[in-house]
Amino acid sequence: MDNFLDKHRSRVVYFQEKYRKRGKNNHKAEIPDQLFSKCPFCQELIYTKTLIEQAFVCPECGKYYPMSARDRIDQLTDSDSFEEIDRTLTSVNPLDFPGYNEKLVQAQEETGEREAFIGGWAKIDNIPLCVGVMDSHFLMGSMGSAIGEKIARLMELSIKRKSPLLIVSSSGGARMQEGILSLMQMAKTVALLTKHNESGLLFISLLTHPTTGGVSASFAMLGDIILAEKGALIGFAGKRVIQQTIKEDLPDGFQTAEFLMDHGMIDMVIDRKNASAVISQLLKFHEQRKNHVSN
Amino acid sequence: MCPIEPAWKKVQYARHPLRPTAKKVIEYLAPDFVELKGDRLYANDEAIVGGIGSVDGYVMTIIAEEKGTSIEERIRHHFGMPHPEGYRKAMRLAKQAEKFQRPVLFLIDTPGAYPGVEAEERGQAEAIATSIKTLFSIKTPIVSVILSEGGSGGALAIGIADYLIMMENATYSILSPEGFAAILYKDASLAKDVADTMKLTATDILHFGVIDEIIPEPEGGWHREVTQPMPLIKQAILKALNRLKTVPLERLIETRIKRYRKMGLYFEDEESQ
Repeated sequence: MDNFLDKHRSRVVYFQEKYRKRGKNNHKAEIPDQLFSKCPFCQELIYTKTLIEQAFVCPECGKYYPMSARDRIDQLTDSDSFEEIDRTLTSVNPLDFPGYNEKLVQAQEETGEREAFIGGWAKIDNIPLCVGVMDSHFLMGSMGSAIGEKIARLMELSIKRKSPLLIVSSSGGARMQEGILSLMQMAKTVALLTKHNESGLLFISLLTHPTTGGVSASFAMLGDIILAEKGALIGFAGKRVIQQTIKEDLPDGFQTAEFLMDHGMIDMVIDRKNASAVISQLLKFHEQRKNHVSN
Repeated sequence: MCPIEPAWKKVQYARHPLRPTAKKVIEYLAPDFVELKGDRLYANDEAIVGGIGSVDGYVMTIIAEEKGTSIEERIRHHFGMPHPEGYRKAMRLAKQAEKFQRPVLFLIDTPGAYPGVEAEERGQAEAIATSIKTLFSIKTPIVSVILSEGGSGGALAIGIADYLIMMENATYSILSPEGFAAILYKDASLAKDVADTMKLTATDILHFGVIDEIIPEPEGGWHREVTQPMPLIKQAILKALNRLKTVPLERLIETRIKRYRKMGLYFEDEESQ
């Protein structure tokens, strides 16, 4: 457990630092070694180990902390089953966009990841599948060429191995700094998904906070089954843009997972802690399906 | 072609109030055009106009984003910003084209998909995603022409094609320069300054391998001589379709998917290959 804790502690600290930078909580945590940490949502002191055991859900206020891609993989898949693919695939700066190189390096240093997406081969309840997870800590999880390529390859692996595919989205949308090429990643990922779909394979899309713009308007909304984490922000256009267009207040709960479920856009809203159980059940249904229809 | 002008100039040409909209182009290309309305699910979105027409005797389904010209028209057409029902109508007509084995011509001119409460409630993201997906499976040739503004997902949703043409002063971008400046620099008034860095002109887009052909415009913009580029547009479309109709349908789809599969620039260490 201690190793486990060490591995995760840095991420809790990272999140809290990040949150503090945004100005919502200006006190430094006074507790040494981050044994306890202050929840940025409810200000309660939380035993860090408890927080991690509870899948980064505050035991006091129930709010969901954003999860890194690695933590999400640990939470969802069988322990030590994950084999990463395309680990070294990274972004370049196709537009020579000023400041983009520096932003990439900074995000890489802060997160220890090469890109905002990690994909690979794993097992959930012993069922093998392809898993891809986006990481909103890395440039808001925005999708540029590198992520598009990683997702395309993950889909190809899934087709090759005739396995189900799970993608956990958390992204602000297309990556602005790569311009039109980012827009084309929407087309690219959907092109591959069309092939995946024709192969009769299952694609479960899990939407987490936030899933918007070019990611929601491409592969993320095309799951055979679409799950969304409680309270997650999901939508196409940004709230501010909509407000400027309609010049009136937005309805309560607009663009939350619950709002999308009420409007028939997703299959279900899930608790973070139930995610693997729900996914495992769905995977099992699809393992057995061939026995019930004649070909 | 006229001398190279800064990107912001092109943005202004593309948005010029006197620049012809899709309706004008359809009038020229297919004088016998019959409009077909509605998505059969919710409404008829006038931001997208669709129907059947013949171009020099070649019958095709034509689907266009229409901004309208007068103020009343512009409001009725939502300034060319489609709601989900617009994309759903477009896909209904595209599938119909597949059934009756006629090609699809898309004419693109939109600032982007409509940002509104109702558009979100009715699934704007899903509608765009499903549009893209549908176009990757339709077994009939698709040609798209970006007439003026190719705004983000709103343009991409009807912009998956076997052959993609762009007008010289048209733009194709991830977001409007205003939106781009607002997101990256928190100041929409910097639009003019970011337009160049966004690489949104036809030459840039051709350079990135996203389009196949650029159609030259009259000097000083298309609005100066509305009919001048029309024969060129017609020729380009017919030439592309005459070539595409010889490609077996299975291969057509394979090639379409491969074309988009290749898009993007990235780096990879030897180690993982």
